Amino acid sequence: MSEVHGLQHEADVAPGDEGGSVRSRVLGYLVGLGLAILLTATSFFVAGTDLVWQPSIPVAIVVLAIAQMGVHLVFFLHITTGPDNTNNVLALAFGLLIIFLVIGGSLWIMDHLNHNMMPMDQLMQMQR
Amino acid sequence: MTAGALAEGRDPGFVGFADLGYEGPAPKRIVTGYGFWIFLLSDMVMFSCFFAAYAVLLGQTAGGPSGAQLFNLQNVAVETGCLLLSSFACGMASIAAESRNHFWFQIAMIVTCVLGLAFLAIEFREFADLVARGAGPSRSAFLSAFFTLVGCHGLHVSGGILWLLTMMAQVFAKGFRADIQRRFLCFALFWHALDIIWVAVFSVVYLLGSAA
Repeated sequence: MSEVHGLQHEADVAPGDEGGSVRSRVLGYLVGLGLAILLTATSFFVAGTDLVWQPSIPVAIVVLAIAQMGVHLVFFLHITTGPDNTNNVLALAFGLLIIFLVIGGSLWIMDHLNHNMMPMDQLMQMQR
Repeated sequence: MTAGALAEGRDPGFVGFADLGYEGPAPKRIVTGYGFWIFLLSDMVMFSCFFAAYAVLLGQTAGGPSGAQLFNLQNVAVETGCLLLSSFACGMASIAAESRNHFWFQIAMIVTCVLGLAFLAIEFREFADLVARGAGPSRSAFLSAFFTLVGCHGLHVSGGILWLLTMMAQVFAKGFRADIQRRFLCFALFWHALDIIWVAVFSVVYLLGSAA
């Protein structure tokens, strides 16, 4: 144990590393597991129920998914907002920026393209 | 520039951390972990492209079956449970590795492996079932996007299992050396990241896909 901790810098931590006793670390994973199960169960429940206002369901599922990814990042990958974790968080922020550009941009562009394009069967008739 | 800095004989143009007690490059464990974290983020960017393709092609079924007709959400719930518990077991293995406990490390890794294999078996059965019903990847753009996205995640899990077995063998043969610990750190990050991607898969592909 001492050798591993000796490898750790005072000012930074590697992603995935965390300090503390074995007991508190196991507890951390258990809390993460509990939250993840709760969010997953809510997701599946919301998807199949009639009790919720129907148009809100896709939004609810996306929000629950993002929340669960946050739980995984914090409790399993130990990406925190602490000063020793700045590099990891900044890399994550950049990755998220690219991901949102790719997904949001694709959906946005393709949605407009679908609106502006002639329906496919008419297009086929014009080519004849 | 202050007179004090000059008096100490320091370069007045020096920009650095001399005053903060900076002591050279970070240890290898941090450099390795950070580099692997960058790789994982780029992997997630790759997956985001597949997710974008899936979201765009969701309605393009070419007269074929849609997600609502194909997906079995009970199956997906079991898969999700397998992968989540496997991620938890992998966390237990990291604690055991840091405590240098061979017995619990190997037990936790076996549990991780078995749950990962169960996930793969369910996924493989689902794919075989879809192909047998004539809903293979060549049926429609929607199904092409589905098989690419979920299949790519499945390939990652398969690769992760091979890596997992390698780590078990290396820890068994070489013990908890510093380099082995670094490899295991990367493996644990990889396995947890796969679970994060699965969260997006079951939400976007299965739950939203069967609602649409």
